[in-house]
Parts: sequence; structure tokens; C-alpha cells
Amino acid sequence: MIRVQGLTKRFGDSLVLDAIDLEIQQGEIIVVIGPSGTGKSTLLRCLNFLERPDAGYLEVGELRLDTQKVSRREILALRRCTAFVFQNYALFANKTALENIAEGLIVVNRWPKAKAHARAREILERIGLADKADAYPASLSGGQQQRVGIGRAMAAQAEVILFDEPTSALDPEWVEEVLGLMKQLAAERQTMLVVSHEMGFARDVADRVIFMEGGRIVEQGPPARLFSEPRDPRTREFLRKVLAAQQAAVP
Amino acid sequence: MAILDVGYMVELLPILLRYLPLTLQMAALGMVLALALACALAVVRVLRIPGLNGATLLFISFFRGTPLLVQLFLFYYGLPQIFSALTQINGITAAIMGLTLHFAAYMAESIRAAIVGVDRSQTEAALAIGMTRGQLMRRIVLPQATRVAVPTLMNYFIDMIKATSLAFTLGVTELMGATQKEAAGSFLYFEAFITVALLYWGIVELLAWLQRRLEARLNEAYQR
Ligand SMILES: Nc1ncnc2c1ncn2[C@@H]1O[C@H](COP(=O)(O)OP(=O)(O)O)[C@@H](O)[C@H]1O
Ligand SMILES: [Mg+2]
Repeated sequence: MIRVQGLTKRFGDSLVLDAIDLEIQQGEIIVVIGPSGTGKSTLLRCLNFLERPDAGYLEVGELRLDTQKVSRREILALRRCTAFVFQNYALFANKTALENIAEGLIVVNRWPKAKAHARAREILERIGLADKADAYPASLSGGQQQRVGIGRAMAAQAEVILFDEPTSALDPEWVEEVLGLMKQLAAERQTMLVVSHEMGFARDVADRVIFMEGGRIVEQGPPARLFSEPRDPRTREFLRKVLAAQQAAVP
Repeated sequence: MAILDVGYMVELLPILLRYLPLTLQMAALGMVLALALACALAVVRVLRIPGLNGATLLFISFFRGTPLLVQLFLFYYGLPQIFSALTQINGITAAIMGLTLHFAAYMAESIRAAIVGVDRSQTEAALAIGMTRGQLMRRIVLPQATRVAVPTLMNYFIDMIKATSLAFTLGVTELMGATQKEAAGSFLYFEAFITVALLYWGIVELLAWLQRRLEARLNEAYQR
């Protein structure tokens, strides 16, 4: 289980996260939506200390930490029990698909290389890229790169996988294969916190949708409820815009 | 106009070749020392280590901003007057010192640029899976920076081999110094200097060929 309390982040004078409280149950799939510049990425990045929060408590699995009193070890421990999927994939350019997935197991978990590679092959099988084991990222399509990015996150066996707009950098033709893989993970009850504006995905897969604006959680609830009867006018306004845009995009 | 005395050139070549090892040793030692120093300077610059960063900038600025020949004279003729402990400094040592500092200043900047050029999102990805900064450097950043820096560093090595000829002005009998002596004895200046020129050219071409093969190998890994 994950618990976030009073998580706050400022960039200079602007308050980007305003005392966020959030609980995530094991196996829960949460989709975060909201206008851009609202702090969604910052929320995810504070959860693994890619950004250093200015206040707040975090509980992830066994770890409990006051974000203002963390040691280097605790940060490493926190990163080990969370995994991150980046919008732009961020694969290691000097490593093959297989090595990208095995890297953390070898370096961070100190597995022997053979064991790590065997596990990476299993994961490649699951993400449908067994034939691309020895391919370097530069030779893969966007969709394939993002699937490797997700594979790398799967290898970590994290308490939670944090997805920051995993499909928004993709050409439309590759979006489905990535969403398909995420659905597969959701079906296995991998805990996920996903920032995404794929409303179809949110509707089909999410247990809970969170609407954020101005560094706060404005409203949250099951997708069926939140999409059909949003309570806050800001949520209503946002959904209206997004759904209109997505309808326009569908021929 | 006299004809080219090819026979003399053929006789001269083996004599000059005896001085080639000294030239190559100075270049190799200079290169190893310069690389080590350049890496240290680059790390200071990349991490902006307080205190050292300013000193590093000054060092780089001075050694890139003044001629190598001036630097060599400064070490060999100038410093011993100030520090009496250095009166015994020999020409070879002074030359290696000068080459090291001069080329380290240039190489530090290429190494820094190569490190900084590695895509930042990969750094975040490595940190996100729980790597330490050291692991991130060793496993992700340096291998990619190396690939970018190697061609430039090879160019500096080639430059350095040619620059060892300046050691002759410090009284070192290396390839150039030996040629000068032979030419002064035979008065066949053109033959002597064209021979040594061809010799330098051959070495540089050999290295350029090695450089192309090395680059091809380094790039291959990213294209499968
Ligand atoms: N490293 C940073 N330095 C300064 N401002 C930042 C930084 N990262 C994000 N911001 C600002 O914080 C706000 C929230 O950003 P972000 O979390 O990326 O929003 P979202 O993901 O919801 O679009 C934005 O106004 C953005 O400009
Ligand atoms: Mg964002």
C-alpha cells in the first residue's frame, strides 16, 4: 500500500503541489488527469525523488519516510520499490532491449548476469518483443521502445509503477500496442499510477480516476461516476474539452 | 637546380628511425597524462565542484590561450629561474610536462561536452531504477560519452605527435632534432626535411586509419 501525506513542492515562488494526500491500495489502478502544468508529472517525480519535495510524508510498502529527513539510502530504497515509465521512453542508448531490462537487476539488485538475462528474456516474451532482444533502441519503433520501457519497469518488481503520459509522445499507430500492454499489467493487478489522457483506457481499466488542477486533487472517483457525473465545475469543463478533442481526432 | 638525392634519403631513413621511439614515447606518455588530467578537469567542470571550478576554468583558459612553444620555453627556461629545485629539469621532462598541460586543457573541454551531451532523460531513468551516481556514470554516461569523445581525442593525439617536434627547441634530440643535426652535416636540407616530413605523415596516416576503424566499431554497437 502507498500513502502520501501533505506532499508539497515549490518551484521558486510557484506552488506546484499543494499538500497532496493520496492512498493507493495494492493492485489498484489509478489514472490521473488534468490540464497541463498542473503538477501531475511533478507528483510522480516526487514519489521517487527525481524531484525533492518541500514537505510531506511517504509510505511505500515497508518504507515510511519524512521527505525532509531522508538519507541517501532511503532515497535509493524508495527508488527500488517504485518504477517509472517516461513519456519519451528514456531507454539506455548504449544497451540492447534485453540489457535495458536486465540492467537494474544486475546493477541495483546485484543478480548474476545470466539470471538477470533469463528474467529479461521472460519479460521480452511477455511484452511481445522476444525477437528484438539484441536490438538497440535506435532501431526500434516508438511503440517498441515504450514497451521496452515498460519491460524495464516490470523487471524492478516494484510496489507501484508510475507512468508519466506513456503514450503521448507516440505516433498514433503505436498507441494501441502500448495501452494493450498496460491493460495486460492491470489485469495482473500490478499497482499503477498513470498520468494519461487516454479516456478509453481510464474508463476500461482504472479503478479510480483523479482530476488534478493547480497542484491539488480536485475530485476523484470510479471512472464511470467521474466521467458521467463530475461534481466540480472544473472537472466538467476539463472533461468536456478533452472528450471533444478526442472525438474530433476519431474519424 | 640540383636533383633530389634519393640515395641520401634512403641512407638517412634508418638513422632517423632510431629516434622515432623517443618521439612516440613522449607522445604516448603525454597523452596518458593529459587524458588523466583532462578527465579530472572535466569532472570538476561537470559537477561544478566549488572552489576547483574557477581554478579549472583559469587553467583551461591559460593553456588554450597561449602558444605551446611559449609554454615549453616557460617550463624549460623560465621556471628554473624561479624555483631553483627545477634547475635540473631536462628537455624531455619539460616537453612532456608542456604537452600534457597544453593538451589536457583542450581535451578537458571535449570530454566535458561529451558527458554533458548524454541525453538527460537517461540519467533520470538510471536514477529511477535505483542506481547510484557512480553506477550511472560508469554504466550509462561514460560509455556513451566515450563514443562521442574518441574521434576528437584521437585528433588531439595526432596533433600531439606532431607537436613533440617542438621538443627540439629544448635541445632534445628526437626525430626533428636528429633530422636537424643530420641536415647540418650533409647540407642536404631539402632531402632531410622531406624525409622526416614523410615519416610524420606516414605515422599520422596510420593513426587516422586506426581511428576510422575504432569509430566504426564504436558506432556499430548502436545500429544493430
Ligand atoms: N524543473 C522545474 N523547474 C521549474 N519549474 C518546473 C519544473 N518542472 C515543472 N515546473 C513547473 O511546474 C508546473 C507543473 O509542471 P508539471 O508537473 O510538469 O505539470 P503537468 O505534468 O501536469 O503538465 C509547471 O508550471 C511547470 O512549468
Ligand atoms: Mg507532465
